[in-house]
Amino acid sequence: MIALYFVLMAIVAVAAFTVGAARGRRLQAAGLRLHSLPAYHGLFLAALCTVPMMVAIAAWAPLAPRYVESSAIAALPEAARPTTGLERDARLREIVLSAEGRLTGPAAANVEAAGRAYLSAQTTSKTVLIIAGILAALAAFSWGLPRVSADFRARNRFETFTLVVLIACSAVAVLTTLGIVSSVLFETLRFFQRYPWWDFLFGLQWSPQTAIRADQVGASGSFGAVPLFVGTSLIMVIAMLVAGPIGLFSAIYMSEYATPRFRSLAKPLLEVLAGIPTVVFGFFAALTVAPFIRRAGEALGLSVASESALAAGLVMGVMIIPFVSSLSDDVINAVPQSLRDGSYAMGSTKAETIKRVILPAALPGIVSAFMLAISRAVGETMIVVMAAGLAGNLTFNPLEAVTTVTVQIKTLLTGDQEFDSAKTLSAFALGFVLFFFTLTLNVIALRIVRKYREQYD
Amino acid sequence: MTDAALDPGAVRAIDLASDASRARLRRRYRAEARFRAYGIAALAVAGLFLVLLVGDIVIKGLPAFTESRVTLTVTPQLSQVSTDGTTGADALRGGDYAAPLRASLQELFPEVTSRQDRRRLFFEILSGGAGDDLRRRIMADPGLIGRPVTVSALLDDSADMYLKGRLTGRVERTGRGTLAISGATGDVTLDSPGAFRDTLATIKKALRDEAAAIEAAAGRVAQRLEALPVGDPRRATAQAGVDADRSRAAALRARAAAPEAPEVLGTDTPSELVAVNGGIVKLTSIGPSQAQGRVLVPLGTAGTVSEGAWRTITLLQPEGSRRLTDQHIAWLEDMRAEGLVTRHFATRFFTSGDSREPELAGLLGGLVGSLLTMFVTLVLCLPTGVAAAIYLEEFAPKNRITDLIEVNINNLAAVPSIVFGLLGLAVFLNFFGLPRSAPLVGGLVLALLVLPTIIIASRAALKAVPPSIREAALGVGASHQQAVFHHVLPMAMPGILTGTIIGMAHALGETAPLLLIGMVAFIVDTPQSVTQAATALPVQIYLWSDLPEPAFQAKTAGAIIVLLVFLFVMNGLAVVLRRKFERRW
Repeated sequence: MIALYFVLMAIVAVAAFTVGAARGRRLQAAGLRLHSLPAYHGLFLAALCTVPMMVAIAAWAPLAPRYVESSAIAALPEAARPTTGLERDARLREIVLSAEGRLTGPAAANVEAAGRAYLSAQTTSKTVLIIAGILAALAAFSWGLPRVSADFRARNRFETFTLVVLIACSAVAVLTTLGIVSSVLFETLRFFQRYPWWDFLFGLQWSPQTAIRADQVGASGSFGAVPLFVGTSLIMVIAMLVAGPIGLFSAIYMSEYATPRFRSLAKPLLEVLAGIPTVVFGFFAALTVAPFIRRAGEALGLSVASESALAAGLVMGVMIIPFVSSLSDDVINAVPQSLRDGSYAMGSTKAETIKRVILPAALPGIVSAFMLAISRAVGETMIVVMAAGLAGNLTFNPLEAVTTVTVQIKTLLTGDQEFDSAKTLSAFALGFVLFFFTLTLNVIALRIVRKYREQYD
Repeated sequence: MTDAALDPGAVRAIDLASDASRARLRRRYRAEARFRAYGIAALAVAGLFLVLLVGDIVIKGLPAFTESRVTLTVTPQLSQVSTDGTTGADALRGGDYAAPLRASLQELFPEVTSRQDRRRLFFEILSGGAGDDLRRRIMADPGLIGRPVTVSALLDDSADMYLKGRLTGRVERTGRGTLAISGATGDVTLDSPGAFRDTLATIKKALRDEAAAIEAAAGRVAQRLEALPVGDPRRATAQAGVDADRSRAAALRARAAAPEAPEVLGTDTPSELVAVNGGIVKLTSIGPSQAQGRVLVPLGTAGTVSEGAWRTITLLQPEGSRRLTDQHIAWLEDMRAEGLVTRHFATRFFTSGDSREPELAGLLGGLVGSLLTMFVTLVLCLPTGVAAAIYLEEFAPKNRITDLIEVNINNLAAVPSIVFGLLGLAVFLNFFGLPRSAPLVGGLVLALLVLPTIIIASRAALKAVPPSIREAALGVGASHQQAVFHHVLPMAMPGILTGTIIGMAHALGETAPLLLIGMVAFIVDTPQSVTQAATALPVQIYLWSDLPEPAFQAKTAGAIIVLLVFLFVMNGLAVVLRRKFERRW
């Protein structure tokens, strides 16, 4: 049905275009000098007719499910109506399954009736949409068609329309940021209404298990996020210890020493590394690297947790090598050749030039590359979800299991959840911290890079 | 630049030929070589890791692409496969197709009578999917009922993994010397001069190793014990534990020290099977020249067999710590020796949805889910991204708002993907009430995620089109928009498409945001539309990687191979596109 609506919209657009263009051509054939080409009259009409249809479906989309659901519930007998939100969801699921004929086992009579009501409400709402869409398009068409005349500035109108569409598309990026900020911010504020923010930021105990019934032991969870911050930092530091030197040295070698032939071989290698999905790294970390480290540790007489921070950190380090190396490569290449030439003229070797001239000159850029890599490492999810632990141990020992911010967000928000519990809201608070931490790092890093580029341009 | 005169006192003559100079030069050149080597080493480490990663996944994943089956001749009876004695489709659908397969297996191993063994043979060797395959075949051709049919019955995942050599290390040797067996069934004695000496030595060595391991562990506990205060009650219990371990280790060492003493093989030692005369004997105790055993698959005859006519099979993983008992393995070995076991390409892996049974689980659900999600993503983010890029590159006035948008896009590109998941959860699911787990929502979230990538790539492509093109178009009277849409955009299209493909490849591998919007459910059905619950390929990988069965590990790696192949093809396509359409101006 919805697909039908879009097909209809396409048909309306094509029809309006054809009519408008034909009318334009007729005017042209009558010997009039048109301001705009006939096609622009067509395009103007097509845009004019589709926009109301778009508006209609945009208004319909959020309203329709509410209407359909409430009429399905209303079809249930008074006694069988759900009282709580949870019960309502369960009942609705049953009704939908019964309506679609996918219910395993026999359906209760009232559910079946509600299923029929659900279907008919759905049909009604879609019919209303289609009729409203057609009426809106017709209205727009009958308003627009008389305007097609020799003097009508159809091209300018259409180009204004296009420009508005282009601006709207650019605004999506801003809207996304606003969406992210508002979604994490509001939930975080709700969380802080229930749980003091200083306990969240500075508390040392992380055990988000809130009880389902009030009389259970440990009924209130404890949301001190310091263990998560420490765990995240620990894994990030391990990752940077791997990625920093390897990435930087690769970049130096690639930009200063490598022949074009070697470069053309080595660059794809790093690109492949950058293109591997993180879930693959996670699998490798959890099933190959972690057991290997555990065995190696045992051979040395150390006790290593099977979800050690070391395994996750090492693999994450390899994952961010390409970030460090490609960003560093850029900044090293941006160092003007004259600096190198000057250094060589003084008789220094290549290594000395790199160490004493190029790296100091490129330092701000390299620092920002490292900052971007750190933000990547902190926000990385799948590797740590698969290879790091769940328990919030407050430890700096890389051989023990730690948990991270992203692991906790994922754990708290998957599976059955009620949206109002402190447990769920705490995930948004963690998301808030994560978002603003990475955002700050990025803003600083990008500012450094920009400033630094201007310096040499 | 300064014009300061050179201080004559600062001028210092350096004798470049002096030994000190030469040594300094050598040192500097060595430092140079070292520095260079660091660079090569860094690249080598990255390359090595990549090779290890891919190699490990390929080795782990290859078993997922084949499945083991056993060839059985079954005679399906109407009473078994039909619920009401007719051959109507409904009656056949409800039939018991495992029954004829069971009967056929029983024929193969008539000696299996005990309840436990029958359960093992019928339910732990054959897969539940074997009956489904037979059902499909018979429903297609009901004429097969009552006649002998040769079927290739799917084996259970553990059996499959054993046959692929992934369940336990397995060493097969041809027997040395003659072998005398006291009986064909039950408990038997095997005599063979010196034939078991090597095996015995291996077992003794394993005992020594175990003793050493126990002693080392006890030593560590004893060390920590020292740290406890004297009089702590934990001290006494721990000490008792250490003493018990040490005496156990001493006993093991004593057993290991007597090379001729027979050893009892239990569930915590490697298993020894002897295949002889068409049957299989499991050794229960072993001496240098004589062994006691229990027959697992009856022998044709007892008596003496000559050298080379018998084999020993050592299963390195102890029976107690593997998923199949020696009895299961004996049946499998017997079927394999008779040539009944065959290996096939597992089309099931690509044509069936998820399942709790590893041998039946397939990728189709994930593939279709990913396809639907990618479709939504592409439809949303390509037009939006290109439009945004055109505006920012061609029309936007240089002002604060444009600046804000640009900064925004750059920052969005670096926002952690899981944050986009939070956005999807809070906005699309809770605020707009879109369905959970649906590819529609997944596609929306991923579209926002890759939008910055596509905008940045499209802007670069638009920027690469030389201004002369625009100017020429404007010069002949085109409007600004006509110049852009008719001339600049078509020339930038290859670059834009390349960027889009790379962005889509990125989206295809993305997992974390999909977890948050609920695309992690166990879903057997293949999704039919973008609003039905679905998983995606990377999420399927994540789900399988959590499961304990070794066969699922292979499936995970197999799914990763499929995912990597897709990504490789997409990126390859991008490279080809770039090569073919790249224009140097």
